[in-house]
Order: sequence, then C-alpha cells, then structure tokens
Amino acid sequence: MPVLVRIPTPLRALTKGSAEIQGKGETVDSLIGDLERQYPGLKDRLLDESGELRRFINIYVNQEDIRFLQAKKTALKDGDEVSIVPAIAGG
Amino acid sequence: MEKPNGLRCRECGRHYEAAPLHVCEFCFGPLEVDYRYDALKGVVTRKSIEAGPPSMWRYKQLLPIDGDVAVGHHVGFTPLIRAQNLADELGCREIWVKNDSVCHPTWSFKDRVVSVAVTKAREFGFDTVACASTGNLANSVAAHAAEGRLKSYIFIPADLEQGKVLATLVYDPTLVAVHGTYDEVNRLCSEIADKYRWAFVNVNFRPYYSEGSKSYGFEIVEQLGWKTPGHIVVPCAGGSLITKIWKAMKELKTLGLIDDVRTRMYAAQALGCGPIVTMIKNDTDQLVPVRPSTIAKSLAIGNPADGYYAYKVAKDSGGSGEHTTDEEIVEGMLLLARTEGIFTETAGGVTVAAAKKLIERGVIPRDESIVICITGNGLKTPDCLQDRLDAHVKIKPSLSAFDQALADLKSQPS
Repeated sequence: MPVLVRIPTPLRALTKGSAEIQGKGETVDSLIGDLERQYPGLKDRLLDESGELRRFINIYVNQEDIRFLQAKKTALKDGDEVSIVPAIAGG
Repeated sequence: MEKPNGLRCRECGRHYEAAPLHVCEFCFGPLEVDYRYDALKGVVTRKSIEAGPPSMWRYKQLLPIDGDVAVGHHVGFTPLIRAQNLADELGCREIWVKNDSVCHPTWSFKDRVVSVAVTKAREFGFDTVACASTGNLANSVAAHAAEGRLKSYIFIPADLEQGKVLATLVYDPTLVAVHGTYDEVNRLCSEIADKYRWAFVNVNFRPYYSEGSKSYGFEIVEQLGWKTPGHIVVPCAGGSLITKIWKAMKELKTLGLIDDVRTRMYAAQALGCGPIVTMIKNDTDQLVPVRPSTIAKSLAIGNPADGYYAYKVAKDSGGSGEHTTDEEIVEGMLLLARTEGIFTETAGGVTVAAAKKLIERGVIPRDESIVICITGNGLKTPDCLQDRLDAHVKIKPSLSAFDQALADLKSQPS
C-alpha cells in the first residue's frame, strides 16, 4: 500500500533531498520500518532508544495528529498522506 | 558587544552556526541561542541596564540581536503594578500585576518576541515575514512588518475574534484565514515554511523569537528592585513564556545580578484547552494533545511545542498549575477590571482566575509576593463580555429623568 510521506527539511539529507517520498506499510509503525529499509538511518531519527516516537516530532495521517488516532498503530491505506512535522512554537 | 555563539540543541547539545534554523537535525530538539555568559559577566550589570532606554532594549545584550534594533524601538518596560485592591479582595499581602496589556505597539507581550524576530529577519536578509497565530502574534507581526517595510503573510484560524482580525488587517498584511484549529494552522505553516523562503517568526525563527519573552521576566525582577518574587502565575498557550521568564531569572543569577532564584512558577490554562496543566496535575512529562474548546482563543493551542518544558519549569520550581472554566475566565477579567482598572483579554482572565483558585486552594500562600502575568488587552476580545455588561442606564436629557433613574437604581438590590 503506497502512501505519500512528506519529509521535513532536517531529514532531507537522508532522503537525498526529497521532500516527498513513497512508502509502504499497514500501520505507521510498519511504514517507519519500510522507510528505514529505503533510507537507512531514518528510523533512529524518528524513534528514541526505547522505540517510542521522539518527543519533538509530530506525525500526521491525512492532516490528523496520530495521537488522536491509534498512535504508531494507526492503520494506513492506499493513497494516504503522512506528514512528519517538528513541533513548533506559537501564540 | 559579545555576539551569541550560534545555536545549540536544548536536548542533545549539538552546536549550529547562527542561522534561521529551529530544529536539531539529529534529535529534533528545539534549538536555543547560545550566549557567552562568561564574556557578559561584569559587562551587563544592574547599572548598565538601568542606564538603558525605557524599553525591552535595556536588556539588548541578553537578546540575540547582533546589530541595531530594526523595529519596535519602544516595546516593553511596561508597568509592574502593586495591585493592593486585588490583594485585599483575595486576602493576600502582596500582589503585583505585570501589565503587558499596554505593551507598545499592539497591546500584548507578543511585541517583545516579534521585534526580536523581525529585526533578526532583516539581519538574515529576508524580505518576507510570516506567522501562524491565535491573534496577538498576528497583530504584532503585521505591525512590525509594516514598520520594517517587509511583506507579511499571517495565517490564523478562520474563527478568530473579529477584533483580532481587524487589528491585523489594518497593517495591510496578506491575511490567510484557515478553516481549522490553531494546531492545524501551525502544521500547515510548518510545511509552508519548508517550501517558501520566508522568516516564519514562530517556525524557523523560533530560537530568536522566543528569546524576546525573557525581557518580560527581566523587567519583573528589575521593577521589584532586583528581587525575584515568591510566585509567578503565567498564562500558557505554546508554553514558551513561562520557560523564558524562568530562564530570564536564571540568567540574572548567572550574571551575578541577583541571588538565588526561589520563585515558584504556575501555569494558567483554560479547562477547554489545558494540556500543560493536565501534565502538571497528573505529574507526567508526556503531553496528551487536546482539541481546544474555550473562549480564551489566544491560549487555544492543543499541542503546545514547549509543553514539556513548561511542565518542567512548574515542577522544578516547586510551582503548579490550574485550569479555569469559561465562566471563571470572564469573572477573572471582571475582577481585575473592577479592582485595578485594568481591562485584559480572555487570557488575562485565565491568569487572574487561576491565581485566585491557587490562592484559595492554599497552593499559593497569602503572605508571600505574587506576580500575575497580564499579557494582552481586553479591547481585543470584547465579545465574551457582551452578554454580561448591559446594565447601563438610558434616560432622556432631563434632570428629573436622571433623578428618577437614580432613585430606581438605589431601590434595586445590589
């Protein structure tokens, strides 16, 4: 199931400069595994030592924060759009 | 003066050259300005600060500006008011109100962060500034961009208060109303910031922008006669202000301008959007984002970027936090207006109401000094008061009509 993954600037050195890449996976977790196979090193940048999503990264599936869905177990289907976005300030 | 030493990741400590960058490439931690405190020691003194202008720029050496200030020359140094009427009402000895509802030029503390960010944008050679905003930031970015003759793109949630929309549009920015919550606007802006080479004050300029908030903390300490208060109650949206007030006090200590900082810090949020206070109450460093539902729209950030650090400040300082309902927010606004003659926006209502609850619960002792942070102006959010405030007297222009009205008023139960 190919999904579109948007890569933020800090990670583009790993994706050879690509801002958008294709990935596969039944869930966000398995997608991260697939991205690691395609672009070695990416997983370590997204997950901490215990395998949890790093504190300052937000992942969205079709614009929805996965913490409002099933977090890393959030299911993916063909054509979904996944955004990886660093936390940002505001007010 | 000594220029800061570039940027440093707050999490892993990795160093970066000064640039419009906000996230560590390795761990995604936020980047912070890395000052040369050793070189500033003995140079930045109480005396050198007191000799500075009556604005936030008296602390310029502790802000990340390399050259001259480009915009917002008169921002800050707002009144710190001894609020004795409010203290009497709440049964306290000493309450101070740090009143940024009169901050120049757009009546909120956001002028402090924006004047730094826009000056920095000019230093880096940008011709366009931008932001995602819940209102106050929108006003301030649009105003300072106008002053600096920069183009501006302002992104807001489409349901923002009309007062805040008009007080942005008047400066002639490109205003983009997004159908979504602030958090959705913010996520969109993060992606836009990746694509367009603009100075997004709260995205790629965040390390510089956020430092401006320290001036609010410096001023509290200086205006108290170079003393730190016992307790500071701070409204929290993204969670940056409370961390920067704390940092400001720590910096003054590092530079030898004050003694140990024993201040306890308290986060004030709305019940309908209080993820930071929830962390504090549950004593967990894991932030659970929420979908905001509150009249305090300037605080309606469900996924606060600095939530973790705000929680840490409250905890490390021995402070706490409190949620407030929409009714309590309005009561807080009315209480401050009635006792001190200060008209604050809903966010200020949150802070006053939270302080009141913390005092009544015995969390903040009544006999110690308390500072309440008022960060925005009530004229921007009058909508929530409309139903509460219609009790004025209408009469014909005759003395007898007035006499009658006065008699009627006096006969009414108060």
